[in-house]
Amino acid sequence: MADNEATVTEEEPKVLTDLEKVGEPAVPRKKPKDVHGDELTGSIKVPKVEENVANHKPYLCKPVTMEKLGFPADLREDWHDAAIAKMADLLKKYKSLQVYMDICVKCGSCTDKCHYFIGTQDGNNMPVARAELFRKVYRRYFTTEGKILGKLAGAERFDLDLLGEWYSYFHQCSQCRRCSVFCPYGIDTAEISMAAREIMDHIGVGQKYTNDIIAKVHDVGNNLGMNPKALKATLESTEEDLEEETGQKIRLPLDEVGAEVLMVTPSADFFASPHVESLLGYAKVFHQAGISWTFSSAASEAGNFGMFIGNYSHMQKLASRVNDAIREIKPRRLVVGECGHAWRVAYSFWNTIIGPFDTLDPKYKRPQHICEFTLDLVKNGGIKLDKSQNDHLVPTMHDSCNVARGARMGDKPGGQFTIPRELIKASCNRYVDMDQDTIMEKTFCCGGGGGLLTDDLLELRVQGAMPRMQAFSKVQETHGANFIALICAICKAQFTKILPKYGVSMEVAGGVHQLIANAIELGAKQ
Amino acid sequence: MSFELNGKTYETDDDGYLVNLDEWTEDVGAHIAEMEGVEMTEAHWEVVNFLRGYYEEYNIAPAIKILIKEMKKMFGPEKGNSAYLYDLYPAGPALQACKIAGLPKPTGCV
Repeated sequence: MADNEATVTEEEPKVLTDLEKVGEPAVPRKKPKDVHGDELTGSIKVPKVEENVANHKPYLCKPVTMEKLGFPADLREDWHDAAIAKMADLLKKYKSLQVYMDICVKCGSCTDKCHYFIGTQDGNNMPVARAELFRKVYRRYFTTEGKILGKLAGAERFDLDLLGEWYSYFHQCSQCRRCSVFCPYGIDTAEISMAAREIMDHIGVGQKYTNDIIAKVHDVGNNLGMNPKALKATLESTEEDLEEETGQKIRLPLDEVGAEVLMVTPSADFFASPHVESLLGYAKVFHQAGISWTFSSAASEAGNFGMFIGNYSHMQKLASRVNDAIREIKPRRLVVGECGHAWRVAYSFWNTIIGPFDTLDPKYKRPQHICEFTLDLVKNGGIKLDKSQNDHLVPTMHDSCNVARGARMGDKPGGQFTIPRELIKASCNRYVDMDQDTIMEKTFCCGGGGGLLTDDLLELRVQGAMPRMQAFSKVQETHGANFIALICAICKAQFTKILPKYGVSMEVAGGVHQLIANAIELGAKQ
Repeated sequence: MSFELNGKTYETDDDGYLVNLDEWTEDVGAHIAEMEGVEMTEAHWEVVNFLRGYYEEYNIAPAIKILIKEMKKMFGPEKGNSAYLYDLYPAGPALQACKIAGLPKPTGCV
């Protein structure tokens, strides 16, 4: 008899709760080291559609955090009724959502426009199919034909399996809105995915990454959880680095009352690479232009994940920190750093939810993007750039989805495309654009936007980055492109992690103000 | 999630990071390292100890630039660079060394 026989104990199969069933992916998540990129062919491949498998799901948010955010700790017992009631509430509040439910004619324009569909080949990642998960519930409970004819009218009862699909596919949408550019009716799938997440949070199904971060900002003030003491120490250490590099006392001021400019930037700029290289760029620009400025420990985060979960009250509460900072610092100008979704919130929402900014100087945009701010200085001679400092680089611009399709910049339409490009061209001798179908308003998401920048979705992130990587590999071959210029903290973190999976060095990703930091001429003005 | 060591159960988050920082001991650190496939040497402990000290003061892990700079100050330039740290902790000094040091996973847009 084998020795080990006696020690074998039958492990009881784990019984999953309803909530765990919703959160469990169809296939086990891979460890980050086991995730690999697709082979790059230089042209975006047309996917063959695979079965809908719901094999990507992010971790569920823990009960303690759910409660902190005012959501139910666990899946509500009456979750079905509560979900339908919340849907009724949203349909009433947002007429756009009601229109998006009714107006789709299934023309198919959107089907192959989503980077996650192209990358995963999962049929449910076609934007129309993703929205259909929402629509079939809508039809069942809110349309006469759906109530009477049920499945014949494309209506379906909201059950636990369908909720599991919601959890999977509304977390495989980065809310980038590329599909809406191609929709003849302008249906905004991002808004549908935000509504779906809002409904799920209200019945006790939250996503860990986004909700943990929102809770952290409420508690500590920024996505990183960096308290004011740590922020101060980090900025001081960065000042030391700047002095060592330039021989000049270039400051990174914090909480300086009366500064001309209040700078609000993603907290990743203080902490991570390559983000911090852009932080050095901002500091050098303010220093050389001689404009007093400050960060604020009250508003040490530009990002606002309230948007990702479609929850306007959290979005407003997060944004109100900026008002706290304005009251405290009393600046004349408000400038926002390199952060894609933050700029959408700042440009498109701030004035409504926390404005008007009456105490700020109306001569300037309230708020203003750092790229506008710096380009103005380049144009009026406030700073000078030595392009030759970037001669080792051939940059290309990756437009961030939320800047490209959710906001504008400067005075002219399309300023969000031209201003960063003008800035890059002012700091570099060489520049190349990627394929026209993959930039500006047709830009592809980096693959990590919309609250999906988490390791439990790493495989999805790698798949979703594929269209962008193919467009990049083309200009790499044809023009020797070796720098992807970014204006978003999420894009920076995503590319730094994803590029090596495609055999590209992580140093290829960097900020627009990283290029400015290289090129700016410091010292006495001539 | 959790793991057991010497008869005691340690709760971790979904990615294996220790939930309760106070439960950390060198044995716990060594055990997490083993699960990560990292063989701890004196050089590895230098990083872990620095991270724990920094966390104690600031309640957050240091930015990677600060880690590199402080390592340089304490142990010289051959230890104060990114390649050296990645050599010790192949899955990334910020993530892997923090995990072994019992610190929470850095989150945000990083």
